[in-house]
Amino acid sequence: MDAAAAPEHAEGQQHPVAIYLWIWALLFVFSTFSYLVDYFHLHGYLRWTLIIIFMLLKAGFIVAIFMHMAWERLALKFAILIPPLCLLVLIGLMAIEGDYTFLTRLGSFLH
Amino acid sequence: MAEHGVSTTEASTSALPGLPGVVADWSRDKSAFPVPWGKAMMWIFLLSDTFIFSCFLTSYMNVRMSTTVPWPNVSDTFALDIGGKRIPLILIAIMTMVLITSSGTMAMAVNMGYRRNRANTTALMLITAAFGATFVGMQAFEWTKLIVHEGVRPWGNPLGAAQFGSCFFMITGFHGLHVSAGVVLLCVVAKRVWSGFYDRKGTYETVEITGLYWHFVDLVWVFIFAFFYLW
Repeated sequence: MDAAAAPEHAEGQQHPVAIYLWIWALLFVFSTFSYLVDYFHLHGYLRWTLIIIFMLLKAGFIVAIFMHMAWERLALKFAILIPPLCLLVLIGLMAIEGDYTFLTRLGSFLH
Repeated sequence: MAEHGVSTTEASTSALPGLPGVVADWSRDKSAFPVPWGKAMMWIFLLSDTFIFSCFLTSYMNVRMSTTVPWPNVSDTFALDIGGKRIPLILIAIMTMVLITSSGTMAMAVNMGYRRNRANTTALMLITAAFGATFVGMQAFEWTKLIVHEGVRPWGNPLGAAQFGSCFFMITGFHGLHVSAGVVLLCVVAKRVWSGFYDRKGTYETVEITGLYWHFVDLVWVFIFAFFYLW
């Protein structure tokens, strides 16, 4: 039983080549799609939604498969993936600040 | 009997899945992460780098939201004339494909490393480095085009909002530096693979750690591509 659990740590991350090739192909497909969003001049919320969906899919596959995060212990996953969530607070605050600066500028430039 | 009980508990906690596994890993009186220390340190470095790039992208969001001057048309700024036709953003699309290709060859290099295939690992790492160098070369072309032909400066440009220049140079410049450093790292590690250094060391984990860094560079580009070039 110990021997069954051990190889992963002893030999490192060994996975079938096929999974890398599939993810590689998927990354090309998603990149092409996100380029086509621009090529076909999509605008507004449709454009922003598609950009973010393709971005998150690509980022997710790179981290999970290429960086082997999917096969790591949950303790390491938490230690690396949870801290960046703080950034959502920064992004929220800076969005409010940017909005405020914009309105202030409009106010002072118009008078 | 009691001793035997303790050792059984130790053995079983080390393989616990899910949340109890998190508690067991963090509360044991030894290293929390069952990975080589170099890999844990690389992950923590990448975590800090995530914050650096996020700060750049967040400040870019802030200045783009707050400017009263229209943002330059990015799609048109990075267009190229190919065969008499003007194709929008094509330079950036090619750069994206180059970087993704390099990420794939790097993943294969890590795989070959763990199979102890010295020749293939070296070759794939050098191919990855070559794609990285190509990317930096295209970036140099892009910068030259913007600085010399479009007159973009960090403090202003004739295309629109003045903040475009500072955001562009800061974000793509820092990313380009990361790619350049990655190319150097890849060449150094590839040389060591070829010399049999990791066969003597008994592990190819350094190849995987180098791979983590390289995939992270690709990961950052995914976000830059989405927010700076496509938005």
